[in-house]
Amino acid sequence: MEQRLRDLPLRIDAIVERVEDATVPDPIADRLRDLGFVSGEPVRLVARGPLGGDPLVVQIGYTRFALRRAEAARVFVRMAA
Amino acid sequence: MSALAMQVALVGNPNCGKTALFNRLTGSRQKVANYAGVTVERKAGVVRTPSGRSVQLLDLPGAYSLAATSPDEAITRDICLGQMAGEARPDLLVCVADATNLRLHLRFVLEVRALGLPMVLALNMCDAAAKRGIVIDRASLERELGVPVVETIAVRADGAAALLRQIDGPLPPLPAAAAPADLHAEVRRLLALAVTVPRRTGEVDDALDRWALHPVFGLALLAVVMFLIFQAVFSWSAPLQDGIDAGVTALADYLKSVLPDNTLRSLLVDGMLVGTGSVVVFLPQILLLFLFILVLEESGYLPRAAFLLDRLMVGAGLTGRSFIPLLSSFACAVPGIMAARTIQDPRDRLATILVAPLMTCSARLPVYALLIGAFIPEQTIAGIFNLQGLVLFALYVAGIVSALLVAYAMKLIRRDSIEHALLLELPSYRVPHVTDVMIGLWERASVFLKRVGGIILTLTVLLWFLSTYPTAPVDFAGPAIDYSYAGRIGKALEAVFAPIGFNWQICIALIPGLAAREVAVSSLATVYAVSATGDAAAGQLLPLIAAQWSLATALSLIVWYVFAPQCVSTLAVIRRETRSWKIVGIATFYLFALAYGASFLTFRIVSALT
Repeated sequence: MEQRLRDLPLRIDAIVERVEDATVPDPIADRLRDLGFVSGEPVRLVARGPLGGDPLVVQIGYTRFALRRAEAARVFVRMAA
Repeated sequence: MSALAMQVALVGNPNCGKTALFNRLTGSRQKVANYAGVTVERKAGVVRTPSGRSVQLLDLPGAYSLAATSPDEAITRDICLGQMAGEARPDLLVCVADATNLRLHLRFVLEVRALGLPMVLALNMCDAAAKRGIVIDRASLERELGVPVVETIAVRADGAAALLRQIDGPLPPLPAAAAPADLHAEVRRLLALAVTVPRRTGEVDDALDRWALHPVFGLALLAVVMFLIFQAVFSWSAPLQDGIDAGVTALADYLKSVLPDNTLRSLLVDGMLVGTGSVVVFLPQILLLFLFILVLEESGYLPRAAFLLDRLMVGAGLTGRSFIPLLSSFACAVPGIMAARTIQDPRDRLATILVAPLMTCSARLPVYALLIGAFIPEQTIAGIFNLQGLVLFALYVAGIVSALLVAYAMKLIRRDSIEHALLLELPSYRVPHVTDVMIGLWERASVFLKRVGGIILTLTVLLWFLSTYPTAPVDFAGPAIDYSYAGRIGKALEAVFAPIGFNWQICIALIPGLAAREVAVSSLATVYAVSATGDAAAGQLLPLIAAQWSLATALSLIVWYVFAPQCVSTLAVIRRETRSWKIVGIATFYLFALAYGASFLTFRIVSALT
């Protein structure tokens, strides 16, 4: 089932489906794709911020990024089987 | 390459260990400056190859992509494309990639390869990769990429030997320029072919992050780290500061004893030596704070702190990235404002620069110490807290809270709804390397001293002139400073500052305080005709003002210093970093208005109560 990366439970393996543009053009979505958020890439949520669960720490490929929830909302993922 | 030295540029992702490699290759033969027209640092150095050739090495700002989204990345792109005015296009690119993070870094390598410049790929941090069981087939990577691939370990003495040999040899042939249509697919193909990774993350990183990023333990850890830094900065630096102070005083006394008593001596000793000395005194504190910040930066912890605080900062109209500049501002706003360069977003950067002067810099401490000592009784509250200490702590908190409020007010005024990205990489934890920390410390200290030294020296000479001329006639009653320009300006200013309870002596002291806030203490001493400098002045001054000032006046002056707009070095560095007099005007006006308003309220309320 496809869902937003923002809503993924912590430390659950998932696979990136796509990154959706929130605006036209969307430089933030472009940068996310540059950083490796592309279809088929393994991803997981590592931590949520202490206040309101924002920002998120995301493991993509071999790298960890802190993303705000609005940024992570652009990424659609599917939980790994 | 006949007469000119070969130009080599290091490019790579942020956190690929590029700067450590640069330090390894150039050692102390490096020069830090700014690129023309922007506040992006340009680091260049000379490398001696094994055959004895000199090569010019340029450390380009880290970039995730040549589709630049920040001034740093634009510089890297422009230089690689040969479009940067005043910079030659490099003869050779050394693309640096972290061997433990190839999934991300190889994509950029492929982008760089398509530029059509001779290039070498340096697989950096091969030791860390080996430790994590990552196996890289260098030969097949070299074959598939079509560029020479060397392994480097920037933190080891001979770690760059293979790279040096490669630079020393003939230029590698141009790589096949065509970029694959899908860079990510090509990266996956290369990884599948040449790289074996047992697990995607470092076990150490996973274990540390479980604590460091935890909503409760993470914040507690951050609080402990901050507390330790402040404790160290303020207690460890005290003996060093006393030493410098004693040295300056001794030198001043010596010069006074050997030089004839004339204007030149006064200019040299009272103007230049004491004026610059009052700034150099803060160097130990600033160096210690920088040392902690550098160690935290090298260790990879600072982005974690930015993550933990981001939500709070965003609520106030800042960003998690503002944390480092604001932390530096506790030592001095000048390096703090310079550190705001690490914030790519122009709006967030401006907001950070504008509130940085509200952080309680160490130059305010002598003023606080004098006033608290004179007016706050030494008594114990609730059995454990010292009242004087509590007041000092409250002043720090007042600075932080007002910074958040000002940033929030700016956010309300701006009312822009554009989204500003965080997208912050949390690099692997690393043990900081001594050489890199020392080189970083040296760079920051020298930049700080050069910038501040020039301004302070000029201003102290000017202020010395104002408070010395015109010289009082022999029959003039009262301190000579009354007769000088500074004295007259002080009297004139009294009309402006009387509503907030400042007498003319305070007004005079505010003038030299423009150059460096702490000079206000010794100026007060001069005005009250106390013939001593530094600590001794404070010692004699304290009972004097305790007897002569009202509590309302003293508290009003303390509150004034919480906002205290009158630091010319800060305003000068804001001008340098923003290239806008308008921003300088806004900063001056709002700080002045806040200081005046808050002091007015304090004075009126305390006057009414006492």
